[in-house]
Amino acid sequence: MSEIVVDAVSKTWGGVGGVDRIGFKADAGQLLVLLGPSGCGKSTTLRLIAGLEEVDAGTIMIGGRDVTALSPAERRISMVFQSYALFPHLNVAENIIFGLRVRGVGRGERDAKLRKVADLVGLSHLLDRKPSQLSGGQRQRVALGRAIIAEAPVCLMDEPLSNLDAKLRHEMRTEIRGLQQRLGMTMVYVTHDQTEAMTMADRVILMRDGHIEQNGAPHELYNEPASDFTARFIGTPPMNIIPWKDQLLGVRPEHVVLMERDGLPAQVRAVEYLGADSIVLCDLEGETMAVRQAGYCSLQPGTKVGLGWDNRHIHLFEKDGGKRRHDGARPH
Amino acid sequence: MVAAAMISARPKTAKRLRWAANANAWLLLLPALVLLATFTHYPILATLYHSFFSLGRSGPATFVGIENYQAMLEDDVFWQVLRNNLVFALATVPASIALALLMAVWVDRKITGRSFLRLAFFTPTVLPMIAVANIWLFFYTPDYGLLDQILRFFGFSGHNWLGDPGTVMTCLIVMVVWKEAGFFMIFYLAALQTIPPELKEAASVEGAGRWYFFRRVTLPLLMPTTLFISINALINSFKLVDQLVIMTKGGPNNASSLLLYYIYEVAFNFWDTTYAATLTVTLIAILAVIAITKFVYLDRRIHYQ
Ligand SMILES: Nc1ncnc2c1ncn2[C@@H]1O[C@H](COP(=O)(O)OP(=O)(O)OP(=O)(O)O)[C@@H](O)[C@H]1O
Ligand SMILES: [Mg+2]
Repeated sequence: MSEIVVDAVSKTWGGVGGVDRIGFKADAGQLLVLLGPSGCGKSTTLRLIAGLEEVDAGTIMIGGRDVTALSPAERRISMVFQSYALFPHLNVAENIIFGLRVRGVGRGERDAKLRKVADLVGLSHLLDRKPSQLSGGQRQRVALGRAIIAEAPVCLMDEPLSNLDAKLRHEMRTEIRGLQQRLGMTMVYVTHDQTEAMTMADRVILMRDGHIEQNGAPHELYNEPASDFTARFIGTPPMNIIPWKDQLLGVRPEHVVLMERDGLPAQVRAVEYLGADSIVLCDLEGETMAVRQAGYCSLQPGTKVGLGWDNRHIHLFEKDGGKRRHDGARPH
Repeated sequence: MVAAAMISARPKTAKRLRWAANANAWLLLLPALVLLATFTHYPILATLYHSFFSLGRSGPATFVGIENYQAMLEDDVFWQVLRNNLVFALATVPASIALALLMAVWVDRKITGRSFLRLAFFTPTVLPMIAVANIWLFFYTPDYGLLDQILRFFGFSGHNWLGDPGTVMTCLIVMVVWKEAGFFMIFYLAALQTIPPELKEAASVEGAGRWYFFRRVTLPLLMPTTLFISINALINSFKLVDQLVIMTKGGPNNASSLLLYYIYEVAFNFWDTTYAATLTVTLIAILAVIAITKFVYLDRRIHYQ
């Protein structure tokens, strides 16, 4: 149906920035998240799919159609911009039906669709307001409404929640995901917030410096990071990674245990209490190890402790390049 | 005791502080206030006062009520210059705005030589009106002026452009549009650059073409600027008369005279200062109406934020 296939696409500006030979596939009806640190090429990828930037090389297919040379309008997509890009002089209703007006959809059909979409995004009582009279979350919903009213099978979103507060962000996350599943849209969603990525996505693509670091389901990225970069990016707090022999050894904070006797000798540096659990930061031969403890932890800084973990929870990475090792010799 | 004293003292301190802040503000405003009062407000009031008195060439000036205004309404030249001024305003304001918008949209795009074009469009603004009038005087000169030379090249006969009551106004209008448009372009250019580029992208994703976007988004978003410019252009059309001094002296037969130039003539050629005061009050009233319309009525209707 309307799956998106990006094949060996490159885009640079005079040899700097952009993306380099990236390729991936978003299945129809799936939510694909592009994740990565600032400047890694997420927005560029999205804008290439939308046709707002031209590719230097490679092809883009949407729903089996080669759209590489088509204009944004011909690609039959909808898009939610990070800044919402609402028209400040038009009220909510006019903003939402902007695209329908462009395409000359009749008044009756327009009104019917508007009523349905306004209900869906919870804006029915605000249709006469101008964008400047709305809260951040309401503006976001207008942008969302404008994107879904055309019922385009593909919806692209560029960090739509980045300027909302934590509570609203959580609500909108659930709403967007629900909407996407109900309407069966194929969605590409850009974020640099890994919680957003993990909770919403069917598939996550982690990017770094213009290339794809790892492409997989959220649990794959968490449980089998393909590199130390992924390991350090996913999870709060991220995986502990320490040099061990000629490689890097990684272990998640929840897999490290504090032991009375034996274990690796370490010293407590600080304790972060999070409510349901506490993160104990320990000094292990100059490296910091985070340990997750259930509930409240009353250890004082300076206390000597022993650290231990199960061998099956260990991840090994190559020292240079950081690639995951499946064979490598295991410690203990 | 001590606490009670402190509490009762507090409002006084607050009042004193507020008074000090107020005095401070007024002191800061004082220089501007003095200058405005001496050179703007007082002259306006003095003019108004004089417009109710007789000229007093022989003997002291006497109060004559609205006699000067009645004379003004019976003055054919007054009506002619007022009509000229209206024609001048109605022609120059829309034309210079349209031209300014066109140039701004053109040089806002990514084209080669963009900075050069912007500068070229802006140049007429930098030139003083006197210089511009001299340049155009050469264009319009009969026989060996640029316009006539071009016409002659194509086999047409020459024309006394500024000497013919039928063409003189058009000639002046064209010149003023040329001079003003570059200045207004700068405002449009600034306004165009505040329109976020995502709006264009969002519209293009929705399938809007360039013309649709311009009509439905750019133009409405430029409305505050258009309003600002049109008010300025309108006021300018009553204020700018330098070109008349150089080019036509209001002639032929007052065909190109404007209200302000007429005031100048009455005051400094005919030395009828009270009638000049009467005309000045009329001009100020016209300008005040324009300004009030902008602030009270249009501002509220056009601003979308
Ligand atoms: N128009 C442009 N001209 C030149 N370089 C650009 C342009 N757009 C993006 N880049 C460069 O391409 C790289 C990727 O940019 P991109 O906007 O895709 O990052 P991003 O992953 O979306 O980052 P963020 O999370 O900060 O939005 C950056 O190094 C950026 O400087
Ligand atoms: Mg971005």
